[in-house]
Amino acid sequence: MAVKTKERPLATQPAKKTDGIVFPFDLEKQEQQENGRSDAPVIMSVDNIDKAYSGKKKVLKDVTFDIRQGEVLSIIGPSGAGKSTLLRVINRMIEPSDGKITFQGKETLSMKGKELRSMRTDIGMIFQHYNLVDKLSVFENVLHGLLGYKNSLQGIFSLYSEAEKKRAIEIISELGIEEQIYKRCDELSGGQKQRVGIARALIQDPKIILCDEPIASLDPNASKVIMEYLRRISRERDITIIVNLHQLDAAKQYSDRIIGLNDGNIVYNGAPDAIDSDAITRIYGSKLDELIVE
Amino acid sequence: MDKTNMQHANDVNVIRKKHMKLFFAGVIIIALVFGAGAVTNYNHIEGLMSIPAAFQWLFANMMFSGSTLANLSNVLRLLWETILISIVSTTTAAVFAGVFAIMGSKLTAINPVVMYAAKLAASVSRNIPVVAWALILVISFGTNAATGFLALFFATFGFLVRAFIETIDEASGDTVEALKATGATYPQVIAKAVIPEAMPQMFSWVLFMIETNIRSATLVGLLTGTGIGYLFDLYYKQLNYEMVSLITLAIVIAVLIIEWISNLIRREIL
Repeated sequence: MAVKTKERPLATQPAKKTDGIVFPFDLEKQEQQENGRSDAPVIMSVDNIDKAYSGKKKVLKDVTFDIRQGEVLSIIGPSGAGKSTLLRVINRMIEPSDGKITFQGKETLSMKGKELRSMRTDIGMIFQHYNLVDKLSVFENVLHGLLGYKNSLQGIFSLYSEAEKKRAIEIISELGIEEQIYKRCDELSGGQKQRVGIARALIQDPKIILCDEPIASLDPNASKVIMEYLRRISRERDITIIVNLHQLDAAKQYSDRIIGLNDGNIVYNGAPDAIDSDAITRIYGSKLDELIVE
Repeated sequence: MDKTNMQHANDVNVIRKKHMKLFFAGVIIIALVFGAGAVTNYNHIEGLMSIPAAFQWLFANMMFSGSTLANLSNVLRLLWETILISIVSTTTAAVFAGVFAIMGSKLTAINPVVMYAAKLAASVSRNIPVVAWALILVISFGTNAATGFLALFFATFGFLVRAFIETIDEASGDTVEALKATGATYPQVIAKAVIPEAMPQMFSWVLFMIETNIRSATLVGLLTGTGIGYLFDLYYKQLNYEMVSLITLAIVIAVLIIEWISNLIRREIL
């Protein structure tokens, strides 16, 4: 499973100025880091996960795969294939019916209370609809990422330390939304909201960030910015990004590895370059030229 | 060609059937109206015809004179008391309803048993009308302001729990998920996601209930012998229609003012 993607034409285009990406990306460094994704240590292994919601219909069927440190892993598949469920099983927002998940050497499915919370602080999550508290400011929303580290009272009364607030500001400026910092989130554009979502995940200092259709509600330009941020985060901070995508192109362009899901089964698990028309047919149940590709 | 014609004929049949249904529904409704009139000895035509005469009587008897206005201070005092009781009962009910709504919303419920218990309590107090509450409570508490307060409290509580549950479900589903995913505790999720998201809408419901309760308070006062309702009842039974119309006018103006104020507040918070 050699993962080498030398050609990523869109990623190198200087469209960054228009959308205010702040930290310029060192391409040489990127190339160096890209070699060796496939031998990065496994940080999570998902074994034989089954999930049935009610009755007999299974949403996930015997799903098994490994997640490596620092990789960008895309999960693609048709609507209803179980992508969102799979993502939520990883941080146990949804309980699987059967199977085993090991994260950093620990079995997660038996975790409760404090242990579960602490596991979730290691896994950030961003959403299609951003899931921000619209009535609060960008700053407050980003600080919400720290709640997992606080006890209930500290959280309720917003007792964040000076260092934590500084870190929040750092991350906010890094994502290029420092001008919006005191704005209410319902005043932001979709792309800006998603960056707040990323900032909220980053402040958790996570090992993995789960992204549930992060660009499905964004225009192509904002989508590109978000996908580039995600990949940069993975490269620079060695954070694993697991992303559910509808867009095959984006998956091919930005990920180190692609998992194809169809009707709850993994039907493809490999390099983005190696996806051929046969694999497409297995994943989407139709030929490539029948699909609308951007 | 034949096939499309068949299809067309089918469509026409469907539409015709729909029209027939509508026609029969109309016939049934008209039959019900006249049937009910026949059973209760009420003639619809005569009922309509008597409206102008009724208005004539109203204008002749209820225009109040200067001597009636001397009682205005008394009316205003009791009206003020009524307004205060409805505000206090609504806000108190809102606090309790907030707690019960958090227990009763599927999104924030601690466990299903508590959830159904909270919903049941709300449903019971909602489905007993405020008049019935007043009559029940007047037996045990006697005719005083506390009875009026409690009657409004229970009816408001039931309604607000339901309104709040819907507000919570609607406003904060996504954010609750996001905060849970960061590892936030249950109280943190409530304080940081549910309350900020649902508060403006909840506040709007409270304002709405204050308006409604000022109207209900008049009726409740009539039954419990307190506030403006009691005064209304007193003069009404004395056949002092001038006072009755003064009181009615005062209530209408008070309700309009409260509505205006709460609209102002609503515009600010939403």
